[in-house]
Amino acid sequence: MEIITSVLGGILFATGIYNLLQKQLLRIIIGTALISHGAHLLILTMGRLKTGKPPILVDGVTQYTDPLPQALILTSIVISFGVTSLLLVLAYRASKLNNSDNMDELRGTENE
Amino acid sequence: MSNLAVLPIIIPMLAGVLAIFFHKKIKAVRIYAQIMMLLNVAVVSWIGWYVLKNGTIVLETGDWQAPFGIVLVADPLAMILVITTNLIALACVFYAPSSLSAKQEEYYFYTLFFLLITGVSGAFLTGDLFNLFVFYEVLLMASYGLIVLGGEKVQLRESVKYVLLNLFSSMLFVTAVAFLYSVVGTVNMAQIAERIQEVPAEDQGIITTIAILLFFVFATKGAIFPLYYWMPKSYIVPNVVVSALFSALLTKVGIYSILRTFSIMFVQDTELTHQIFLWLAALTMIFGVIGALSTNNVKLIIVYNIIPAVGYMLLGIGLLSPSGLSGSVYYLVHDMIIKTALFLLIGALVYVTGTSDLKKMRGVIHQYPVLAWLFLLGTFVLAGIPPFSGFIGKLLILKGAAEEGEYVLVVIGLLVSLLILLSMVRIFVVGMWGEKQEIQQKRKIGKFLIPSAFLLFFSVFLGVGAEWIYPHIETIANSLLDPSIYIDSVLKE
Repeated sequence: MEIITSVLGGILFATGIYNLLQKQLLRIIIGTALISHGAHLLILTMGRLKTGKPPILVDGVTQYTDPLPQALILTSIVISFGVTSLLLVLAYRASKLNNSDNMDELRGTENE
Repeated sequence: MSNLAVLPIIIPMLAGVLAIFFHKKIKAVRIYAQIMMLLNVAVVSWIGWYVLKNGTIVLETGDWQAPFGIVLVADPLAMILVITTNLIALACVFYAPSSLSAKQEEYYFYTLFFLLITGVSGAFLTGDLFNLFVFYEVLLMASYGLIVLGGEKVQLRESVKYVLLNLFSSMLFVTAVAFLYSVVGTVNMAQIAERIQEVPAEDQGIITTIAILLFFVFATKGAIFPLYYWMPKSYIVPNVVVSALFSALLTKVGIYSILRTFSIMFVQDTELTHQIFLWLAALTMIFGVIGALSTNNVKLIIVYNIIPAVGYMLLGIGLLSPSGLSGSVYYLVHDMIIKTALFLLIGALVYVTGTSDLKKMRGVIHQYPVLAWLFLLGTFVLAGIPPFSGFIGKLLILKGAAEEGEYVLVVIGLLVSLLILLSMVRIFVVGMWGEKQEIQQKRKIGKFLIPSAFLLFFSVFLGVGAEWIYPHIETIANSLLDPSIYIDSVLKE
């Protein structure tokens, strides 16, 4: 199971980076969203995947699900959700004001 | 008394949140922000004094025992940086009213400003790697707000790139933490340090790989060659007080993270990692200073000068010797203060001349002598002319390099410091010296100069009073070289 999720994480990273290298702003943002999904999946996988075990560590219990990755992943999801929504608004405003959503045209060499 | 460690985070956070409620009453919010900042500086200095006297404060938040919960570790290194951060913030908060437009002040400048301080202080204080990521996000979120404040065309254009790049490196940060968690099974920095030592020799490779991944993340935030390309353009677009805060705090948090992680945690393969640092440091210095020499935009000159400074600090970290590390810490504190001071002075210069193009300035010194002389003083401090603080930091780092037999790096360091002087003196000679230009309306710039002079005073004190400060820096460097001090203070074994 861990191997499948790791590979899936890798695929998400690869597609994310492919999108990140595109020129259209919206594609780039989707790329970052995919990368963050990949990262979250990796956190979950790295805590070892188990089903049907309690998420607690008590004396005598040897089989337990690690609760820490789930706490980490939750924090990370909230953060990337927040940043992505901010980025969408920012990209919208930037493309409106600059009349373009193409990164080639958003380069700008003049020193302000 | 362990609760003291959380105050540098809580006070600015509450201050920022409360400022939302009366954001349209500019005068009230200004005075409120100034009072809160003074309060914060007082509290933080007191905590710093307490830590120096009684040793490290460790706060286990929510009373969760050390390796399980999040710990805040107020050790001398963290506290010295938090105090510096607050001094800079104090200068900036008094500078802000004269530099920002009413609209920018109205639209949550002070809230974002306080949240930035929260994030930076948190990143310095935390003893938990994942929590470090969270505080990074706190400060980055605030910086996203600050960089677009005003919403001009260029600002939006550059901030999209800034946000994208930081988002990408944050996600790599999370990935690196996940990998590290799967290998050592913890995110507590002290416990990571402990467990990395226990990893058997044949498995050290994976730790080194993770270490390099983390270095990549911190290097992106800290603007190290070849990952500094995003910085110059995005740092000059916001208002000058925001640029000053950014250049003083954001890259330095990245450097601090490298300093912390690669001195107490990832020291298993210094032949590889720290050797890479040395050469990256040399390249960072060279390329940064070339950038500073290549432009005529005064703001851009200062921004490019951040990069060689980062190079010096990385050089000290790469040496991993007592004089190298104490030099890095010294230089870190020095550079935070002087970069802010110079940026604030440049703000005044741009205000009086109405342009940031060096070629259009002439003879500013005739109308504004205080500004010009303060700027020259700042230049000397930055370039490291004795007895100022830059000199002592560089001396320690280069002494460390010579002790390790890295003479090529010593030569590069000295040469770069000369070129830094050249790039800065150019502003003085071309822009301020020379023929008097046709009389312009003289503007009052006292409010610009007082905060800058305040910071310059500290900068000079840091150099002249090195005898009082250096013993503390030396203690910090020694505690970085001996990870067991940090581990013992957190895990209390």
